[in-house]
Amino acid sequence: MSPEKLVMMANQIATFFKTQPGDDAPQKVAAHLNDFWEPRMRAQFFAHVDAGGEGLDPLVLRAAEHVKRPATA
Amino acid sequence: MKDFIIPNDKSFDDKDMGTPARTGKPVHLTIDGAEVTVPAGTSVMRAAAEAGLDIPKLCATDSLEAFGSCRLCVVEIEGRRGTPASCTTPVHDGMVVHTQSEKVRKIRKGVMELYISDHPLDCLTCSANGDCELQDMAGAVGLRDMRYETGENHYAPSLAGMLSKSDRRAQAPEGEANPQYLPCDESNPYFTYDPSKCIVCNRCVRACEEVQGTFALTIEGRGFDSRVSAGTGLDDFLSSDCVSCGACVQACPTATLQEKSVAEMGTPTRSVVTTCAYCGVGCSFKAELQGDQLVRMVPWKHGKANRGHSCVKGRFAYGYADHPDRILSPMIRDSIDEPWREVGWKEALSFAAGKMRGLQEKYGQKSIGVITSSRCTNEETYLVQKLARAVFGNNNTDTCARVCHSPTGYGLGQTFGTSAGTQDFDSVEQTDVIIVIGANPTDAHPVFGSRMKKRLREGAKLIVIDPRKIDLVKSAHIAANHHLPLRPGTNVAVVSALAHVIVTEGLADEAYIRERCDWDEYLAYAEFISEDRHSPEETQALTGVPAEELRAAARTFATGGNGAIYYGLGVTEHSQGSTTVMGIANLAMLTGNVGRPGVGVNPLRGQNNVQGSCDMGSFPHELPGYRHVKGQEVRDIFQKTWGVEIDPEPGLRIPNMLDAAVDGTFKGLYCQGEDILQSDPDTKHVSAGLAAMECVIVHDLFLNETANYAHVFLPGSTFLEKDGTFTNAERRINRVREVMAPKADYADWEVTQLLANAMGANWSYSHPSEIMAEIAMTTPSFAGVTYDVLEEKGSVQWPCNEEHPDGTPLMHVDGFVRGKGRFIVTEYVATEEKTGPRFPLLLTTGRILSQYNVGAQTRRTDNSIWHDEDVLEIHPHDAEVRGLTDGQWVRLASRSGETSLRAKVSDRMSPGVVYTTFHHPDTQANVITTDFSDWATNCPEYKVTAVQVSLSNGPTDWQEEYNAQAERSRRILPAAE
Repeated sequence: MSPEKLVMMANQIATFFKTQPGDDAPQKVAAHLNDFWEPRMRAQFFAHVDAGGEGLDPLVLRAAEHVKRPATA
Repeated sequence: MKDFIIPNDKSFDDKDMGTPARTGKPVHLTIDGAEVTVPAGTSVMRAAAEAGLDIPKLCATDSLEAFGSCRLCVVEIEGRRGTPASCTTPVHDGMVVHTQSEKVRKIRKGVMELYISDHPLDCLTCSANGDCELQDMAGAVGLRDMRYETGENHYAPSLAGMLSKSDRRAQAPEGEANPQYLPCDESNPYFTYDPSKCIVCNRCVRACEEVQGTFALTIEGRGFDSRVSAGTGLDDFLSSDCVSCGACVQACPTATLQEKSVAEMGTPTRSVVTTCAYCGVGCSFKAELQGDQLVRMVPWKHGKANRGHSCVKGRFAYGYADHPDRILSPMIRDSIDEPWREVGWKEALSFAAGKMRGLQEKYGQKSIGVITSSRCTNEETYLVQKLARAVFGNNNTDTCARVCHSPTGYGLGQTFGTSAGTQDFDSVEQTDVIIVIGANPTDAHPVFGSRMKKRLREGAKLIVIDPRKIDLVKSAHIAANHHLPLRPGTNVAVVSALAHVIVTEGLADEAYIRERCDWDEYLAYAEFISEDRHSPEETQALTGVPAEELRAAARTFATGGNGAIYYGLGVTEHSQGSTTVMGIANLAMLTGNVGRPGVGVNPLRGQNNVQGSCDMGSFPHELPGYRHVKGQEVRDIFQKTWGVEIDPEPGLRIPNMLDAAVDGTFKGLYCQGEDILQSDPDTKHVSAGLAAMECVIVHDLFLNETANYAHVFLPGSTFLEKDGTFTNAERRINRVREVMAPKADYADWEVTQLLANAMGANWSYSHPSEIMAEIAMTTPSFAGVTYDVLEEKGSVQWPCNEEHPDGTPLMHVDGFVRGKGRFIVTEYVATEEKTGPRFPLLLTTGRILSQYNVGAQTRRTDNSIWHDEDVLEIHPHDAEVRGLTDGQWVRLASRSGETSLRAKVSDRMSPGVVYTTFHHPDTQANVITTDFSDWATNCPEYKVTAVQVSLSNGPTDWQEEYNAQAERSRRILPAAE
């Protein structure tokens, strides 16, 4: 998956959860990624985050610490 | 039918009771000395039939309201003068009826004599011989002679008198033409209309009105000149408004309206009750046969989804099962550049298994996956996902619901706690206000569409939210109270604006919300939705929906009584598909419209078993019963049953599989009954993904478009060859019974089992019922489902278990499955797909009545007479500014690709919006659509693509290259001797 597409998908998820009440949006974003993103997608996600996370919504970057890092990442 | 084999129960008797059933208080009466008790409102005719006393009839049938025209059903009633028609006379307490007396016998015989005096006496060569009610009634009334001289009549081509059909044909040229004679209308591909056999009983006209709701038929003329007519006098059936649902043919008591297949093959001798494999309505049919030759499909009156009705697809479009394009031998090839080589099953399965295991050894356990089919049975689907989880050792399983209703699963799961619609179809009969949003039931779910139209004719109000003027907006005796023609992509804004009006005008059902929903979440939602920015006035510039019309629609829905919402892919196939589903759930909870008959949230499922394929664990993150793979307790159930370890990580979804294939980490796919190359968005990306794989196994009926990139082809079975169950849009589990043996030797579930075993599994199912037993054992909502239960009850709706042994027609009756209903804030977010100077129009795609999805089935039937190519619907203004006229070739281009097709200028479209279907691979409409998708589920955004339309000379270079590649790919080497 291209980094642009991955960034767009992650940002879409963040855009939804940042509108929800409560202060646990990072955890909710992370839970969605953990529940629906296959490990190699999460590996690509972390590769992008570790490279600076260009284009990622700040909420996604805050969520990253709650995302399960796959063994291959 | 002599061999009505399944289910064999009195409650499933096919006897015509004459008039419809009623549900009033018990009424006691006496008929021919027998005491009878029936509900108030029942006709004397039906009461007699309930007592086993058949009163002769011609114009009456139990699918239609009584009409009282034929006068054959007259009876005598003590204390009443004359001889009333039993079909139109309701029962009363203490009534004493005599169905047989000298007086009524004389009347009936006289009536029959008149009928027969104007009917050709060619019974022996008539196509309805043995299946003709006129013939039966002549016998029942004891008609032995006919006193009338031959005279003016409708049946003889010439005035030569009453002749046999062959004589008439021979003598007509010489005889003087009979001005009353009309030739047989053979224009419809599936049935004929022979006016010479018509007794003007009006059953066909009433069926078209009452059952189908099209009003295509009428009786022209008066008295002796009365004739059934399709449309105007200049129309034949094909050119009329007739939608070929078959209701008129079903209702006809003679051979006037007759299936061509019966005329050609003769009357059937046995039948098997099974379930249609087209849309998610899940109609029950009797497949009527001679031996193993299918003669016709007749809608089954006891089918709880269709109540005896059908559409042109289920009723007539089954010819693909015998089409010469079907592939009946397994085939393999090492490279997609090679021609196919026909081989035996053993070699094909060994080749496939070796390839897939080899890929796993080379690229890892997660380098292969499956796609299950929503056209296949629950049992077949269950086995395919089990193949991924238990044999491949990963969760790389997905299904076509990914590209249609995955947002339904997510959205309703979040709000209500279960991933399914809340109602049964019968519920619409108690609805007062219907919202149809992003759905076109008269085309895509026609049998339910007819039931909806019936309720609308009874006075229910209708709100249509759709960019197009779909037929429901205005058609015969139907007019939407409000049509909200929104701009594609603004569903969330419109649904939120409706909720804004309801909340800010104090129309919310606070008592319901306090009792049934989380009050704190509601308060947060109410605060959000009350903000001015959600008002119709603020959103109308964005949505294109006039504020006053939207306010009026909201008031109608909130105050009009039972409100039900029906929606389709126009809701889900957006970047905010899941959010719109949540918004719809919010609307239903706001107005107290969940948990009783007549209300609810009703996703209209696209394919026959979309619901079932989702139920069966086809999604990569869920095991059967919608339980996430991360749950240790859930995995334990399946690990114990299957004897394997299950990966706790979610697998790849279809778009992710294709991305991973392009990346080089996903190398093998077993694709059952799905044509992702034609149906999935961004065709070029799909083909790149498939081309990057080293082993694609296509298990299907035909060499579909995906098979152009396949290395193994395994022949599949049609629904006529299947044994199992489908689950329809109302969660109804229907039996699919084997009508004929699989033409390629193995049923689809057997093929999957053989593949699993070739890869080292040790499965030993001997019948699909054993698979269902495993489903019931592992999945709580199916715990009470067995084939015996289905035989006994006909069908059940899940949950069916100890708590609900008869199934669950209505969900959330005493509370939501998740506990308290959950309001979710639904902020509108504009799609990234935007119009601009290069692509100023918005394309939305869908399907039409006569074709089905990628057209693999319907294109191989005579249904193509109605739609033999995809066309681009465009508003007259948009056409004019581009210099386009109706029928011209146009180039349709987006940032993904371009194709050419013909234009259809239509004011059904809103300005700025164009529409096409995706039924024909020659067009490949999905070369236009993009890879944008729903934020939660990756469901593609088919409904919003920025495009430009311009004049064209014909097919594009891409289309020609595609067709050439497809042709090369379909070469088959002759089988070895």
